[in-house]
Amino acid sequence: MAAGEVTGEEVDRLFHALADVTRRDILHRCVQGESSVSRLADVYPMSFAAVQKHVAVLERAGLVTKKRHGREQLVRTDPDAVARARRVLDELETAWRGRVDRMADLLAHVPLAETNKPPAGHGR
Amino acid sequence: MSIVSVTKDFDSLSLILVAGFDAPIERVWQLWADPRQLERWWGPPTHPATVETHELTAGGEVTYVMTGPGGEESRGWWRVTSVDPPRSLAFTDGFASQDGTPNPAMPATAVQMRLTEYGSGTRMELRFVFESSEHMEQLERWGAFEVFPRSVGQMDALLAAVGKPDG
Repeated sequence: MAAGEVTGEEVDRLFHALADVTRRDILHRCVQGESSVSRLADVYPMSFAAVQKHVAVLERAGLVTKKRHGREQLVRTDPDAVARARRVLDELETAWRGRVDRMADLLAHVPLAETNKPPAGHGR
Repeated sequence: MSIVSVTKDFDSLSLILVAGFDAPIERVWQLWADPRQLERWWGPPTHPATVETHELTAGGEVTYVMTGPGGEESRGWWRVTSVDPPRSLAFTDGFASQDGTPNPAMPATAVQMRLTEYGSGTRMELRFVFESSEHMEQLERWGAFEVFPRSVGQMDALLAAVGKPDG
């Protein structure tokens, strides 16, 4: 379960941010270059305020950075944060590879007969 | 040797791990169904697990505590969503607070485990999907859930665009 460098709270923010189709689309659009919030608001059938809210969720999760440029707010996807999402899956994989190895060890060393004994702690 | 394949699906933020064991299906099932065996593989050697509750029924709970080298304890829980011995088990695996109650501030993982006979051995398929705290609240409200979120992403193109660390 340990998430290593990435804390549980960060993971939660990351995956909450990614769990929405508009937010994922904003990430895609802002990978190649910056886009302004108002330009993004033109793309989606929703209000400027709603788009701004989505950008705020992405910003809190560290997936985008926002900076002011005159009257515009420019949004850019942070590739490191995207790599963090990938790392969380890598850590899950590492943890379960260890578990599968230990399962194989147990299967090799504990015969079937022993597994039929009632588990300890199950008194009458 | 045990791991056959690992598929990381960034599109659904999920992980699929397939393993092959040279043991009959009933024997592999016991690794999950017997709490004394479960605790022998769940925690890494540095953090052995003790299973405290083990109810492998739909809606049932499994709770465990892992003890670190300095005696520090971390608690976790499963909420069993479905069970069909000796073929399949589905549960949500999450963190717990020190008193053992589910901690909704921490992310949980939905796990689907499926066993099939493969020659004289057994194939084990594990599917994982991250659950946000929003999903966990829904889980609490519904009591159980059967369909894992599948609509979570278009991450592949995004990852390709920013470059993958392993090329």
